[in-house]
Amino acid sequence: MQVSMTVNGRVRKADVEPRLLLVHFLREHLLLTGAHVGCDTSQCGACTVIVDGRSAKACTMFAVQADGSTITTVEGLAANGQLHPVQEGFWDQHGLQCGYCTPGMIMSAVNLLQDTPHPTDRQIREGISGNFCRCTGYQHIVNAVRQAAGRR
Amino acid sequence: MGSLDFARGREVGRSLGRLEAAAKVDGTVEYIHNLRLPGMLHGRIHRSSIPHGRIVRIDTSAALAVAGVHAVVTADDVARLVPDPYYGPAFHDQPILATGKVRHVGEPVAVVLADNPHAAEEAADLVAVEYEPLEAVFDEVAAAAPDAPVLHDELRPAGMFTDLKHLAGRRDTNVALDARLRSGDVEQAFAEAEHVFEHTFRTGKVMHAAFEPMVTVAEPHAAGGLTIHTASQSPSFVRSEISRLLGWPENRVRVRTAFLGGGFGAKLYIKLEAMAAVCALLARRPVRIALSMDEQFYTITKHGATVRIKTGVARDGRMTARQVETFWNGGAYADIGPRVTQKSGFSAAGPYDIEHVALDNYAVYTNEPPAGALRGFGISQLVWAYERQADVIARTLGIDPLEFRRRNALRNGRPHATGTVVVGMEVDAVLDRLAEAMAWDKPFDRGTGTIRRGRGIGIGVKACVSPTTSTAAVHIYGDGSCAVHCSTVDMGQGSDTTMAQIAAEVLGIPTTDVRVVHPDTDVTPYDMATLGSRSTFHMGNAVRRAAEDARAQIERMAPGATSFRDAMLARFAMQAGTVVGFGSYAPSYQKPDPETGLSANITPFWMLGGAGAEVEVDTETGRITVTKLVNVADVGRAINPASVERQLTGAAIMQLGFTLFEEMVFSDGQVLNASLADYKIPGFLDVPRELTGTFVEAPHPEGPFGAKGVGETGIFSPSPAIANALYDATGVMLYDMPLTPERVLRAIREAGGRPLEQA
Repeated sequence: MQVSMTVNGRVRKADVEPRLLLVHFLREHLLLTGAHVGCDTSQCGACTVIVDGRSAKACTMFAVQADGSTITTVEGLAANGQLHPVQEGFWDQHGLQCGYCTPGMIMSAVNLLQDTPHPTDRQIREGISGNFCRCTGYQHIVNAVRQAAGRR
Repeated sequence: MGSLDFARGREVGRSLGRLEAAAKVDGTVEYIHNLRLPGMLHGRIHRSSIPHGRIVRIDTSAALAVAGVHAVVTADDVARLVPDPYYGPAFHDQPILATGKVRHVGEPVAVVLADNPHAAEEAADLVAVEYEPLEAVFDEVAAAAPDAPVLHDELRPAGMFTDLKHLAGRRDTNVALDARLRSGDVEQAFAEAEHVFEHTFRTGKVMHAAFEPMVTVAEPHAAGGLTIHTASQSPSFVRSEISRLLGWPENRVRVRTAFLGGGFGAKLYIKLEAMAAVCALLARRPVRIALSMDEQFYTITKHGATVRIKTGVARDGRMTARQVETFWNGGAYADIGPRVTQKSGFSAAGPYDIEHVALDNYAVYTNEPPAGALRGFGISQLVWAYERQADVIARTLGIDPLEFRRRNALRNGRPHATGTVVVGMEVDAVLDRLAEAMAWDKPFDRGTGTIRRGRGIGIGVKACVSPTTSTAAVHIYGDGSCAVHCSTVDMGQGSDTTMAQIAAEVLGIPTTDVRVVHPDTDVTPYDMATLGSRSTFHMGNAVRRAAEDARAQIERMAPGATSFRDAMLARFAMQAGTVVGFGSYAPSYQKPDPETGLSANITPFWMLGGAGAEVEVDTETGRITVTKLVNVADVGRAINPASVERQLTGAAIMQLGFTLFEEMVFSDGQVLNASLADYKIPGFLDVPRELTGTFVEAPHPEGPFGAKGVGETGIFSPSPAIANALYDATGVMLYDMPLTPERVLRAIREAGGRPLEQA
């Protein structure tokens, strides 16, 4: 099937199988490998991207469902060589270890801060509780998002 | 830049951000997960549906008929390339594909190779295997009994560990290894003890759940070599084991890794590498085998364990005797289980000065998925037992739990139960820091009504695995820039940055100017593996020595040079050339006596971790909320304090999951919750309000700049600390992990004389 979507500001068209998941479309067809596949069952959130302004786990959608959508992946966050404040927060606050969950975590946090620019710690924890991390113990991720919110 | 300045103190001890942080936040960092090669086939595993049985027939016709399928590989195909297809670090017991029989649900029986992953997956389901079922055994104690069904005809020690050689040819047993330690006379001491305490503790099986599932891409070369791109913690071991299986010299096998999306011990030794290598050689094309999360549950787990512990205590509260019998549920293949059994088993006396000790450890085969290393290598199972019992003893005798531990502490200069005199282990400092962080001497709010509050502590010890070797090279290139070549795998622990800091410290340059070349056995020299918190100490020493060697060469060849760049120009007459410094480190070691398990030099360093917890227990639901969790580690010296602290808080939350809810649930060997949908790992909302990772520093005489390892230390003690807090809050005593609300509620109701009906 033909799909067309705007990914990180570029219109991308392709002929895909109906069973192709969005995350595989991004990774295999567009070579945007920042969205990772972790659990396959929509728990871990490592594949999170933003679809039409809302965070979405890209393993829960077919590529054809995203036809006509506007998508931002972690590769599309930085602008003019300048990291997004959430990316800076994860870097400065040591909000990552192995880094595998990080792109998804960042995209969820970006979405949270769009809705709630000045979240409390509780709101941060709840807002990105759909993303899991096995390494960090989460505290530094909360600190990272808090830093990003402070800068906004 | 002035003259070359090697002054110390600028790089080690600083909380530098990790070198690769930019690539990790913009999504461009390299994982093997991302690798695709031209012409690559996708392998999908067909797995056993029964726990134990003979393979009667494998029908691959329906699978082969799927469009896009290239081949279906079974044990018969493997045998054409590898006549003896059994591998493993301790025993050669695990076949590349099930050969003749299957020994656990989920065991790989066939691999479908296809042009795309969808076809491979569809076809893997269509492989039809007929089995003749055999009686299976799952419980580690039952499997060790003489009448249990036997998994392996005979034991086949791998030869790498000489102390396992005597087991060769042993038949009709599931006990892969019995390791004992005898120090003093426990029977006499029990007879003389004022009090004797005896308990049995259990821990269930849990899983690493590294987020990058295991993945290997094997790439055959026309000239007769093989490159294996793999998310592995032990590239050097993969090279030697694949070479051995194929009957090739090691120089024909290249193994390389990238950053790992977590490891925690799951990605050690051989996992998918042998299977991918054989498939690629048979197909003469690159083959990628990538597990899904659910398949990882059938690949490697932590050992479940049954620990019988008996402790004699004198009137003054000093422990005089300890006897521990531990059965380790190793699953169907030994993996590194026999090492877990012996190397952790001998630590069961804990960080305590106990004169009479008798320890028996049994590595037991069962028809469950194989168990191996998981962050701590068996230590947390033992700490769970001895630190739970410590609180029972303390409270029974009316001694404060902290004071009880102080009274029994094993101090530097005193012999550990193995006979090794302890050096560089700071029990008192860790207990002091713990007391401070927990405000132990302050009044504590015990809650009211149905919400009861309590607090508890625990402390555990591990001897770093020994003897092992690390080697490293430090290259100075023609322009004066520098790279560290080492085979330590950065799986999130931050080893690249730590090694760069060590090299930078020696070379007198900024850490950010050091590049760390990732493991590639064609390029980076040998390292035993990234495991057991050994890298900072062993590889750190090797990198330090390599950097010192490079520095000495530069000083010799260009005295008076003011920079590495100038030194290279002075020596090579143009901006060219290479200086290679080399360093290796292997600690001294004395093998334990085979009869007594005693050794005067069992380990290069002791890892010590204490934890404290405050909990709220809802006595109507059995739910435990951990409100405060503190990890304290003795780290020698922190090369990167922020990195150390993150290891401690990260480990605390991982162990919190193992303590409160993580458990693989089995039914006839089948995992009922083999996905993150059903197997709950800690999330944001499980993190205690207060979470602290802190450490004490007392430079270790042999560590690089005084450092010891820390990756596992935070795992040791949170479980007993939380259970002791539950005990403090409610008086209920639980012996089995995890502390699920159901278990807690049943225990509370039982204690109150209103037991719940059995489900």
